[in-house]
Amino acid sequence: MKPKLAVRNLHLHYGTKEVLKGIDLDVPENNIVALIGPSGCGKSTLLRAMNRMHDLNPEAKVKGKILLDDDDIYAPGKDVVAVRRKIGMVFQKPNPFPKSIFDNIAYGLKIAGENNKQKLHAIVERTLRSSYLWEEVKDDLDKSALSLSGGQQQRLCIARAVAVEPEVLLMDEPCSALDPISTARIEELMLELKKQYTIVIVTHNMQQAQRVADLTAFMYFGEVIEFAPTRQLFDAPQMELTANYLSGNFG
Amino acid sequence: MRQNSLQQRLGLNTLRFFVLLVLLFLGIILWEVFSKGSGVINSGFLFDYPRKGMTLGGIFPTIMGTIFVTLVTTIFAIPMGIATAIYLSEYANDNGINRLIRASIRNLAGVPSIIYGLFGVAVFVQGMGLGSSVLSSGLTLGLLTLPYIITTTEEALKNVPHSYREGALALGATKWEAIWTNVLPSAVSGIVTGSILGLSRAAGETAPILFTGVAFYLRYLPGSVYDSFMAMPYHLYILSTQHHAIEEVRPLAYGTALVLLSLVFVLNIIAFIIRYRYRNFNKARI
Repeated sequence: MKPKLAVRNLHLHYGTKEVLKGIDLDVPENNIVALIGPSGCGKSTLLRAMNRMHDLNPEAKVKGKILLDDDDIYAPGKDVVAVRRKIGMVFQKPNPFPKSIFDNIAYGLKIAGENNKQKLHAIVERTLRSSYLWEEVKDDLDKSALSLSGGQQQRLCIARAVAVEPEVLLMDEPCSALDPISTARIEELMLELKKQYTIVIVTHNMQQAQRVADLTAFMYFGEVIEFAPTRQLFDAPQMELTANYLSGNFG
Repeated sequence: MRQNSLQQRLGLNTLRFFVLLVLLFLGIILWEVFSKGSGVINSGFLFDYPRKGMTLGGIFPTIMGTIFVTLVTTIFAIPMGIATAIYLSEYANDNGINRLIRASIRNLAGVPSIIYGLFGVAVFVQGMGLGSSVLSSGLTLGLLTLPYIITTTEEALKNVPHSYREGALALGATKWEAIWTNVLPSAVSGIVTGSILGLSRAAGETAPILFTGVAFYLRYLPGSVYDSFMAMPYHLYILSTQHHAIEEVRPLAYGTALVLLSLVFVLNIIAFIIRYRYRNFNKARI
């Protein structure tokens, strides 16, 4: 099967330090791929490379390719904005904008030029429903998004990312700041979302990877050590390093 | 243990003493101006021209002059200051030249206002031929305010969490869209506060307008930005040091001081209200 997102020999340098050392990774469509590994192994860096977030950092130099439907997002002259519209991102800490709940969800649509009030309303309702937030906030759409709880904020951020209908959703430890109940709701949401989207998630939580991911990649010092179906990777790791990490010998 | 708690109490009380001392001085100044100035304040004082060599009448043209010149300052300094701050905060790399620019701007904030006055004469009044006018004074005050507006705006922009920028970019915003629709609105309270405090300082300055446009006495209000004007701080200076009957006009001087203080106070209240309304909307539930 052709991958939705394919990383090809990706190198990333911060100044003189090589953070990613030739990554190859195939993300199949409508799958959840988890990136795991010890702190500093480059998993977040890889995730951020997937929607060119490193463009903001003049220190970061990227070499190699990332293909979205066979189309290199790092090709010269590629429109970064168009790339990011297709590859959405949810961050580690919920980062709702200091605007109303409605404006948060509508933000991506508005900057894309959608001004039809009715249409915006319909999309806001639909995405809030799809992130199981609608019942909790339907009477408070014009209240500040910062008044929501942490778990609600993160679901809002997911809804916001989904509202612009990306093809791929990147999630950088989306539950690390949340309690177990909020985490469970977000995992439930991810499983629902993968029917429509392709998801790549960075997580520190092994159980979470096992609960949600179809495929898991174990990374260590800027390299993908092992990439396999989640069950296989956790039950019968092929590499000694993976086995050591999973059994808690380091990390 | 006992000695520590004694030190603790001593330290705290010393700090308290100095706070009270500062408040005391502030209180004395306010009381002095208010008690001696409030007697002359009435509608005539606010809306009449000075009469009989300024010993009678009001200060209407000086109020209008100060408002007019501050308006020119606002139009000039705020867009330019905010634009500069956006560039420095969002676009400029952290290289040698930009660090030098930043350091220069910070240092400009410490330049004595009379130097700005002399610069204004050389550049605006004579160099650009704008003459002794509201425009020259407004621009000079603008220069004086710029470093302040730039620094506070840059500070306000830097305080906007990085995640707001990334969040917007991840939704397909361009860098400019992220700044315009997300970063700037989040920094608005800081920017407004900084700008208004800068302007209220400009409104009370004498030295920069001294050579660039303010007049001792005028029978008319300025009809355009190319006319001279009267202004409260200069009027106050005249009444308290240059007048032929200083003792006689002293109450008028205090009255002028009170009006000037009130204007600055009103500007600060406006800044406060803007900040308060903004913060209230975003008060996070803990």
